[in-house]
Amino acid sequence: MPPEPILSPGGEPQVSVERVVRPAPERYRNALGKYKIGRSADCVACGDCAKLCPEGVHVKPDGYAFSLRPRDHLCIGPECAKTDHYCVAKCTKKALSLARNPTVDTMGDPRWPSDLILSTWHMAETGHVPKAGLEHRVGESGGGFDRIHFNFPTVPAIKVDPAKVDTGLDLNHRNDGRPQLHIDLPVYGGGMSFGSVSIHTILGKARAATAWNTFTCTGEGGFHDRLKAYDNHVITQVATGLFGVREDTIQRVPIVEFKYAQGAKPGLGGHLLGDKNTPAVARMREAVAGNALFSPFPFHSVYSVEDHKKHLDWIKEVNERALVSVKVSTPNDVDMVAVGSYYAGAHIIHLDGCYGGTGAAPDIAKKNIAMPIEYAIAKVHKFLVAEGIRDAVTLIVSGGARTAWDVMKAIALGADGVVIGTAEMVALGCVRCACCESGRGCPRGIASTDPELMMLMSLEWATQRLINLLNAWREQMVEILVKLGIPSTKELRGRSDVLYYAKEAV
Amino acid sequence: MPEKYHIKPVATPGRFRRVGKFGSIDWREDCSRCTNCVKPRCVYDTYKKEAAYNRDPSTSVVPLYECRGCLSCVQGCTKGLLGLAFNPEYLALGDDYWKPEILATTWNQADSGRIPVSGAGYRGRFNGPGFDGIWTDMSEIVRPTRDGIHGREYISTSVDIGSKPMRLSFSKDGKLTGETTALIDVPVPFVLDVPPWNMGGQSTAKARLAAAKTLKTLALIPAAETANLPAEQLPFLVPLVGADGFGASEPLLRYVRMVEFADGPQTDGLAQKAKVANAGIICALRLPLQSKAADRIVAANKAGIHVFHLCADLHGREQNVDNPRHLKDVLREIHSRLVKEGMRDEVTLIVSGGIALAEHMAKTIICGADLVGVDTTLLVALGCRVCRDAGDKTHTAECASEVGTLEPAYAAQRMVNLMAAWHSQLIEVLGAMGIREVRRLRGETGRAIFMEDIEREAFGDLACK
Repeated sequence: MPPEPILSPGGEPQVSVERVVRPAPERYRNALGKYKIGRSADCVACGDCAKLCPEGVHVKPDGYAFSLRPRDHLCIGPECAKTDHYCVAKCTKKALSLARNPTVDTMGDPRWPSDLILSTWHMAETGHVPKAGLEHRVGESGGGFDRIHFNFPTVPAIKVDPAKVDTGLDLNHRNDGRPQLHIDLPVYGGGMSFGSVSIHTILGKARAATAWNTFTCTGEGGFHDRLKAYDNHVITQVATGLFGVREDTIQRVPIVEFKYAQGAKPGLGGHLLGDKNTPAVARMREAVAGNALFSPFPFHSVYSVEDHKKHLDWIKEVNERALVSVKVSTPNDVDMVAVGSYYAGAHIIHLDGCYGGTGAAPDIAKKNIAMPIEYAIAKVHKFLVAEGIRDAVTLIVSGGARTAWDVMKAIALGADGVVIGTAEMVALGCVRCACCESGRGCPRGIASTDPELMMLMSLEWATQRLINLLNAWREQMVEILVKLGIPSTKELRGRSDVLYYAKEAV
Repeated sequence: MPEKYHIKPVATPGRFRRVGKFGSIDWREDCSRCTNCVKPRCVYDTYKKEAAYNRDPSTSVVPLYECRGCLSCVQGCTKGLLGLAFNPEYLALGDDYWKPEILATTWNQADSGRIPVSGAGYRGRFNGPGFDGIWTDMSEIVRPTRDGIHGREYISTSVDIGSKPMRLSFSKDGKLTGETTALIDVPVPFVLDVPPWNMGGQSTAKARLAAAKTLKTLALIPAAETANLPAEQLPFLVPLVGADGFGASEPLLRYVRMVEFADGPQTDGLAQKAKVANAGIICALRLPLQSKAADRIVAANKAGIHVFHLCADLHGREQNVDNPRHLKDVLREIHSRLVKEGMRDEVTLIVSGGIALAEHMAKTIICGADLVGVDTTLLVALGCRVCRDAGDKTHTAECASEVGTLEPAYAAQRMVNLMAAWHSQLIEVLGAMGIREVRRLRGETGRAIFMEDIEREAFGDLACK
């Protein structure tokens, strides 16, 4: 007999997704690597390099007269010279050379240097951290997470068994009779609307969230029919434009998120450019195709914390099981906003710092309005502790967490968990060219609803890349906790004593 | 409610091909001419557009000026023959303050008049010196006027320049004896200042004045360049008068609303003369930005001059001092001093030098300016690459962008476009803060987040090593 299907509380059959790491190689013909292997005309195709390289850079299939083009994205670079399998030195004909790939220099930026992009691709491809040659922990922005580091003890005070490390997180700390929701990682996916990203991106995120027993968020664009199979792992977002928000979409999910502001453009409303408002997008948003869609800012019904409470009461009334999350940005008085949200009845306070976001935004807003999340975490955590309500609310943060190391630093600064967005996009092949907004949208098919471009990426591939990424991240979380001698991420929360601030920016 | 101030941009493309960020490395000798070529499939048609320029079939490195760097072609080429590199010409643009990104975004804004928008979050360094150590505040709940540029309500960007006595004084017979309010109301918190180096003689000055008329603000023009200006534009002219006197601007004093004097022993005499020619004229004093300028402002305000133009250097720093500080620090000091003296509301501070982006305008006002002067950026809008630091190329004949040969109406429209984009961005910032008018932003340091303060507050308890 087939097993009973799992139903969502709304009665929708739920799809389960296996949490298994499988290879999900680059979807483009030429994978990009940090290094380039040159093979000159002196090569006699002896095939020794293929036998020598444990990374699989050189391949000479049986029966082939010549070796294939080197798969140089797997090369670990000059560090290999310290080993006994350095192909450049071992080649008897001196036909091989190693150099930095100049194309890689054109990728990335100080927040996401090429190393972080390539290492995220590696993790999404293999499910594990790169062995060598790529920086996968910090960026080069010279501040925030890039200047805060873990102060690992030489010998941890407690010997923690890696197999027993707990990276789970409970989301309901209010003790208000509503269900407890547990996620297996202190990470869930940020809101990206259908329209801003493709359906494959949305579903890939939802399937990976299902596999890892965590959540993804609809963003402000309505609830796509194909998401219903993942209801138990979806957060419905209610944002200022109320696009696609219906009673049904609020009732079918375990968490409803009120979006007051977003880190991509704090203080400004959402904006879907007309080109991306295709008929399918417009149908779901109940709008006219081709028109740019603006969300007002902020909720025009909220002038006070009391008004805010009315919003939350409305959701709680419509869905008696739901936890309510309040997503705000990081103004100067972010600590007061957090306390106000708690007293209004929020289960989750989600702070979205100004350097994050995946959507199109005015450059002036991305850089200048509101404070980076690193500051806000410390400020809000300390304030909630002082108010005596820190343990009654879940503090989730987002806006610039690029790596597992950033996640753990955020938790040590005082967050309970982290929402990610850009890291997921990078795992799906984003190079951060910042062209998400114009014309047909993302040229790599991630943030586009163009029928041709969105087919550049299959759903299965997207799902596997994200499952792999989260696996690699969990491995790093466990590694950090073991080195610190702390058995769970819950116990890491607010342990800023395990961090230090580097005097000099890199 | 007055009519909503609006600047109408008109698409005005640059005259020369843009210096692009990327160059393509293309190993053409290995190309198999396959039918699966990635070049025609570029979603931006970059290769098709560039074909008109890149005609040399023998070269393997070609600049791709329109390339957006998505790397789809590099990763998709059947034989892996394509690579991408930075265009060295792009990297060499400007200097360490006027970075290539600043020049490129200014050119884009001058082309279209639209706010720069991009995806994928912020891409730069976490923080930095000067303006990069300030974030502006926002508000989560409704405050008056929260709709930004798309809104139904009105965010005022008007500022006043001139004399604002705090009280009136009367003689025994009831007649006014002291100064009365004499203000120029400009609808935007910027004036068009004199660029630090002269390109094209009077033609750029004429463009500045024409742009000022369209924008309804003021254009500063050296007295020597004020001959033969159109009469209908004179109310928007501010002659800049140095030690050598009014020169060609003397006959215009009756028509202009404001005149600015370089500080010197001649200033008082020239100001008297200007008042004789035009009793309602507003006299401004141009001072180098430095902390001791506060003393001069206090003294001059008592002597009857109420408008001060503080000029920072090209990089927004103090002038004529050792170890110059950034204007954000010096200006806050001057503003605080004037507040303590009880005369901040009596004076108007115009600050210029190093105001390269719209965000700099907002932050300068937060630090205490009433309005800013835009100078070098106006040249950049005309195509200038700020290459003067690399050598003396400030003559028309040597300028790569031939700025000096521009037709004034064309140049004026590009300036108008740039300032339209700045105006919209200022409204976005004010809207995010929930501030109804830019006058209230002046010196509102409580609505900004300063790096030094927030680092101490957030990370002060972390170990440091």
